[in-house]
Amino acid sequence: MLESTLLTKSFGKLKALDGVSVRMEAGQAVSLVGPNGSGKTTFLKCLLGLVVPDKGELTLNGKSILGTWDYRRHIGYMPQIGRYPDNMRVGQVFDMVKEIRRDTFSHLDDDLMQAFEVEKFAHKTMRTLSGGTRQKVSARLAFMFNPDVLVLDEPTAGLDPLASEILKEKVLAEKAKGKLVLVTSHILSDLEELTTDVIYIIEGKVQFYQSIEQLKSRTGEDKLNRALAQIMKLGLIRGGAFVVFWLWDNDTITPP
Amino acid sequence: MLRIVKYVLYDILQNRIVIGYTLFLLAVSLGLFNLSGDPTKGLVSLLNIVLIVTPLVSIVFATIHFYNASEFIELLAAQPIKRSVIVWSEFFGLAIAMLLAVLVGLGIPVMLFAAGATGLTLVIVAAGLSVAFVSIALLASVITRDKAKGIGVALLLWFYFALLYDALVLFLMFSFADYPLEKAMVAVIALNPIDLARVVVLLQMDISALMGYTGALFREFLGTGWGIGFAVIVLMLWVWVPIAVAVRVFRRKDL
Repeated sequence: MLESTLLTKSFGKLKALDGVSVRMEAGQAVSLVGPNGSGKTTFLKCLLGLVVPDKGELTLNGKSILGTWDYRRHIGYMPQIGRYPDNMRVGQVFDMVKEIRRDTFSHLDDDLMQAFEVEKFAHKTMRTLSGGTRQKVSARLAFMFNPDVLVLDEPTAGLDPLASEILKEKVLAEKAKGKLVLVTSHILSDLEELTTDVIYIIEGKVQFYQSIEQLKSRTGEDKLNRALAQIMKLGLIRGGAFVVFWLWDNDTITPP
Repeated sequence: MLRIVKYVLYDILQNRIVIGYTLFLLAVSLGLFNLSGDPTKGLVSLLNIVLIVTPLVSIVFATIHFYNASEFIELLAAQPIKRSVIVWSEFFGLAIAMLLAVLVGLGIPVMLFAAGATGLTLVIVAAGLSVAFVSIALLASVITRDKAKGIGVALLLWFYFALLYDALVLFLMFSFADYPLEKAMVAVIALNPIDLARVVVLLQMDISALMGYTGALFREFLGTGWGIGFAVIVLMLWVWVPIAVAVRVFRRKDL
């Protein structure tokens, strides 16, 4: 369904993506995992056309999407930091996007609207919203148009536990409908709940791309964080030492 | 595109700066017409102010607005919309806002006190200049990433077109006074929209004494009818070229 071939992007000297080739199918839910600055967000932004890759190819359903725009109707994007016009009200933002996309969707998905009780803060201006409430707006926007591909960049960061659960349930429901879900997160337990596969990126290179089941059975561990730690301990990936520290920081597992 | 222009315009008109600018233009033009009993004199004084103020406000306001709209632009860029539509919508929104300010703030007083070909030319020229400088501003802001730098570039461009350019042309004339530069000067003059605007109005007014040096040359070489036609076409190029380049650059810009 979605395929990238040797995708490369540099920002000055920094290589954010270095020949990324992956292929994802509908019904899959894929985690993008890697240290800060490893190129996860850049990859997602390439999918959306927010960042223009230097080299390589990106296709959705067999059609190249680089330099085109219409395919974006199939993608719901929840950015890491949602930036919205400051003096617009929440309701206005939704109305505007609805109006702009008027002819690109058949019906609206209002599940999150109700679950997050968006009406309660629909009259507030974007400037006054807290980080978590902003995330709710982003989430609602991402799911609103029933997209085939969901791109979620750190979706649960900043959400309260209740909202976080609501969002995760929604993601699982959409996955069950056969949509492709792409998630980045540093919370491995979330990823384990939500996703079926893991893409591991360091310095813009894909280190491995495997299903969570495979990872667990190969390492003989029953938790994703332990499985990942095990792989690094065995020195299966480059830059292992650095990664172990990163895992250790975030998930309090015992260092090898 | 219209849907997006609507939201851009809505955002701009919420801003009190455009209303303040309109009131300022109204006050200045009404004041000048009332101070000098002769409407032609009023028009001349107004011309000098318009040639300084409208480019300055247009370029600075458009630049600041474009940077402040970066969130809005990012939001739109993730939607199924062409990148070029986003820039064009910003351009039309800004251009319409500036045109409204000029038509109300300048157009109404001129029609009241100095209705006629000259007055009409002044209003049209001010409108054209505003749009041209919005276009230049968008090019400057698309190319520079940093807001402070972008505004600096915008101010420098204004400074160059409004003040520096005439000095450079004079310098050129004196340095090469022994050569027949007259024909080349026409081309040199076309490179500054403010000079062009001045020439168009002064050709209507028939007051050579008040012309800048470049304007005097222009008048000498181009008879009234043909001269205005040429100037209008060049002014339109000043609107079209910067925005067209801005659209091209923005299509490949990382957000």
